[in-house]
Amino acid sequence: MTELIFLRVDGEDRSIVVDTRTTLLDALRDRLGVTAPKKGCDHGQCGACTVLLDGRRAIICLAFAVAHDGAEIITAEGLAEGDALHPIQQAFLEMDALQCGYCTPGQVCSAVGMLAEAELGIPSHVSDDLIGPIELNDDEIRERMSGNLCRCGAYVNIVAAIRRVASAEYAP
Amino acid sequence: MPFEFLRAEDVAGAVAVVTEHPDAVYLAGGTNLVDRMKLGVATPSLVVDISHLPLDQIVELPDGTVRIGAMVRNSDLAAHLLIRQRYPVLSQALLAGASGQLRNLATTAGNLLQRTRCVYFQDVSMPCNKRDPGSGCSAREGYTRYHAILGASAGCVAVHPSDMAVAMAALDASVVVMGRTGERSIRLVDLHRLPADAPHRDTVLTHGELITAVDLPPFSFSQHSAYRKVRDRASYAFALISVAAALDLGDRRDAAGRPTIRDVRIACGGVAHKPWRATAAENFLRGAAASVENFRDAADIELAQAETLGDNAFKVTMVRNTVALLLADLTRRQVGDVGGDLAGQEQKP
Repeated sequence: MTELIFLRVDGEDRSIVVDTRTTLLDALRDRLGVTAPKKGCDHGQCGACTVLLDGRRAIICLAFAVAHDGAEIITAEGLAEGDALHPIQQAFLEMDALQCGYCTPGQVCSAVGMLAEAELGIPSHVSDDLIGPIELNDDEIRERMSGNLCRCGAYVNIVAAIRRVASAEYAP
Repeated sequence: MPFEFLRAEDVAGAVAVVTEHPDAVYLAGGTNLVDRMKLGVATPSLVVDISHLPLDQIVELPDGTVRIGAMVRNSDLAAHLLIRQRYPVLSQALLAGASGQLRNLATTAGNLLQRTRCVYFQDVSMPCNKRDPGSGCSAREGYTRYHAILGASAGCVAVHPSDMAVAMAALDASVVVMGRTGERSIRLVDLHRLPADAPHRDTVLTHGELITAVDLPPFSFSQHSAYRKVRDRASYAFALISVAAALDLGDRRDAAGRPTIRDVRIACGGVAHKPWRATAAENFLRGAAASVENFRDAADIELAQAETLGDNAFKVTMVRNTVALLLADLTRRQVGDVGGDLAGQEQKP
């Protein structure tokens, strides 16, 4: 069975006919040529396919494309404005927050989504208090980014890059 | 395997079509179902998408019950101020599960109906009574670090993987279920089954029945609740064991100056085929002094029926210590440092 679906991907309207079995990840990569989201485990365990799905970070390897007709997707490619990188992308570059780079598009999308969650005051597993203000220290960043694995082990600098953006955004 | 896809128009329509098709499944967030379909564990011929149905609200009913729509995302439920303030155990359990980007997809009903992560269940080349009734249990003589110590059967030693459900079990939640002939309510502790001789049936739901909401009844000490999860890595891992508890201390002190327990709720995860409400432990503790010794004794009474496997005997001690630690912590938060045998327990599990 196939179905026609519409997606808005990195600001561009796209339509494709997909088999019902096609995941959003495969639809983007194999059908629309949008290769920023990466296929790591394909089972929802690594976070390499993280994008912003209707404004929130989500993995898309366990999402059937037909179930997301009309969705708005921002990939790592769509985070930049023209040649100007998103602050998170710039920080990843400057802090050397990657080695092979395969997990990086998922890491940066996840970080952008995570910073938005923290700004809304949403607590994490390591927050002292479910109600109080969120201070994005290293423990908080590590916990909130635990859904993105890096086989190179670039975690130290990933945390540093995110901390830099978080502290700039939260600066008085 | 190819499948037909249908976007449900409403609850009644979804229930009607799934009830009619023995091979149909509901699709919500997809984070477990789609994985099982990729693994060949689930092979539906019809997938009915209910993710967009208007079941995504959290409302307070006139009697104080908090009704959580079945399609409320795990992240939204954890973040909801009413839940954070009134039912902290539930926020904590949700935040201890999966990852941020999974919680944004996963739904309340989907979380309840996710299936075990027993590696043998997920490997279609291995015998498994849950996946293929009558084929045998590969886990019993296999790798059992993650398997059940309570309520298991000869045919199945799998555990229910949810954190959220453990908190809901402690909160006396009930699920609202729509079927072909109407609506019914099931206590959450009665939703999931013990495996017995039919481990392929996770719950008491009949085919086609759809969870539309979870109700959290009000109770006076729900804000004095917490969740503690023990796992093999610090984040993004299923529980080895977990404990959800709520504690109500009275004003009365015993001769040693210890507060007495007016009421208590305890549920354990990672130990059984269902969220395990520790009623024997609760009964022992009501009216008893709040002391680590009593907390441990209560856990021991509950765990007297434990049966361990090759790799999971550690869970008995782990549950006992975690129950004691969590209740000691809840005691300390309500009455401050009471000294005696509660002192320093936080640091010495």
